[in-house]
Amino acid sequence: MIDLVNISIPNAAGYALLGYLVVFLGLVMLMCVIFIMGKVMHREPKAAPAAAAPAAAPAAAPVVKAAPAPGSAGDFKLYNTDPRDAAMVMAIVADTLGKPLNELRFISIREVKEDEV
Amino acid sequence: MDILGVLQKLGLESGFASFFVTDGGWKNLVMIIIAFVLLYLGIVKKFEPLLLVGIAFGCLLTNLSYFVGQGANALYHPEIWAAFLDETSPAYHSYGAVMREAGLLDFFYIGVKAGIYPSLIFMGVGAMTDFGPLLANPKSLLLGAAAQLGVFVAFFGAVCLGFTGPQAASIGIIGGADGPTAIFLTTKLAPELLGPIAIAAYSYMALIPMIQPPIMKAMTNDKMRKVKMVQGRAVSKTEKIVFPMVVATFVILLLPSTAPLIGCLMLGNLFRECGVTERLSDTVQNALMNIVTIFLATSVGATMVAQNFLNLNTIKIIVLGLIAFAISTVGGLLGGLVMYKTSGGAINPLIGSAGVSAVPMAARVSQDVGRKYNKNNYLLMHAMGPNVAGVIGSAIAAGFLLSVFG
Repeated sequence: MIDLVNISIPNAAGYALLGYLVVFLGLVMLMCVIFIMGKVMHREPKAAPAAAAPAAAPAAAPVVKAAPAPGSAGDFKLYNTDPRDAAMVMAIVADTLGKPLNELRFISIREVKEDEV
Repeated sequence: MDILGVLQKLGLESGFASFFVTDGGWKNLVMIIIAFVLLYLGIVKKFEPLLLVGIAFGCLLTNLSYFVGQGANALYHPEIWAAFLDETSPAYHSYGAVMREAGLLDFFYIGVKAGIYPSLIFMGVGAMTDFGPLLANPKSLLLGAAAQLGVFVAFFGAVCLGFTGPQAASIGIIGGADGPTAIFLTTKLAPELLGPIAIAAYSYMALIPMIQPPIMKAMTNDKMRKVKMVQGRAVSKTEKIVFPMVVATFVILLLPSTAPLIGCLMLGNLFRECGVTERLSDTVQNALMNIVTIFLATSVGATMVAQNFLNLNTIKIIVLGLIAFAISTVGGLLGGLVMYKTSGGAINPLIGSAGVSAVPMAARVSQDVGRKYNKNNYLLMHAMGPNVAGVIGSAIAAGFLLSVFG
């Protein structure tokens, strides 16, 4: 029987290794469960009409970007806006709408000066 | 009327006299100074202020009111809790015995000792956490696992430095970067180390923006840091509702000792996601969380009794805690690098460092470091996956240590 209170260094090394393996194993198994859960519950939406994304693109743009992945915030532009403020604005919008952030798509965020209002 | 006698008695009973009259009274003075330093760090430097202010004030109250041999007016009595853990004492595991002599902070501490506050905090964390990024990319769990490396390295290091197995396990869990988990495990395995472990855990969590970036830069190159990741798939509401049930069922069956933490974490998350318990979710996220934080912080601070805190072990714990945090970051980044290679460069390895729990601070650090190298890179949502996986990972690590050493 190993004395776990006055544990020896080799035993401690063994338990450390075993512990790390258990954590990995547990989370790998959980990952498999979540993968299966995702496969069962999530059905990819049928491809949206291809026109949706290109139509939104500016006419002058020579290269039409692919539509962002479902749930993506996509690429969006910041005008005179600090990324930290933008992240806050996005969070507030998501909270106000009661929608998760990854289900919203932002096109651009621009700071409006007081004299522009 | 003996006015002089009364004044003399009052003088001798005062705390001012106790600093110099009682055995080791000067140590209380040192602890009071430490409490003021911690208050300064919490209030001025904003180091985890919601917890550090309470911890520091609890420390202050204990060391103002408790002197060795003069416990009548003390708010916290370490000897009561020593008897509570002493198998030969009539007060062994008797809350009745505790309550007979308890001061105010002893009553608060019962919630820590019974593991109630950390579990309730976990419920609040669950109610505040969106597991969507993890569901969108379940591979994030691997990063959460990789980032528990520091837990086990620090455990091993603590044994090498002469700590007992249960003490080493409690010190190691600092590397999980999860305060409630560290407190939960320490109260079960090594309550005598609760003060320094809680201080180390919360201080280093506050210092994550300083600890992690140099390691992140050392382990990655410019090309890796600039990788822009593709957004994950959309996650349906049903998945989010089923997720807490699945995780609770699976993890608790796997490691029953994780039940209080994982059970509460997932219950809080279910309140958030199920859509029919908004009031409960709101209460857990705000009112309950705030109330429990007050009790948890002050009672943890109360355990910082001078006689227990001012010793070499505290310094060892502070050093081991830093090592644990740093190595957990290294572990997460190594996981990130493996995923970077295996994904053909599609995954930014910087998100690996977010696997060290500390929600959402560690994810913000990944975002900030990534944006330094690519202004249009937004890693935050990608980093939230490993970040919340780290919470589950550290709970599993704690469950393992508890089942081995508990």
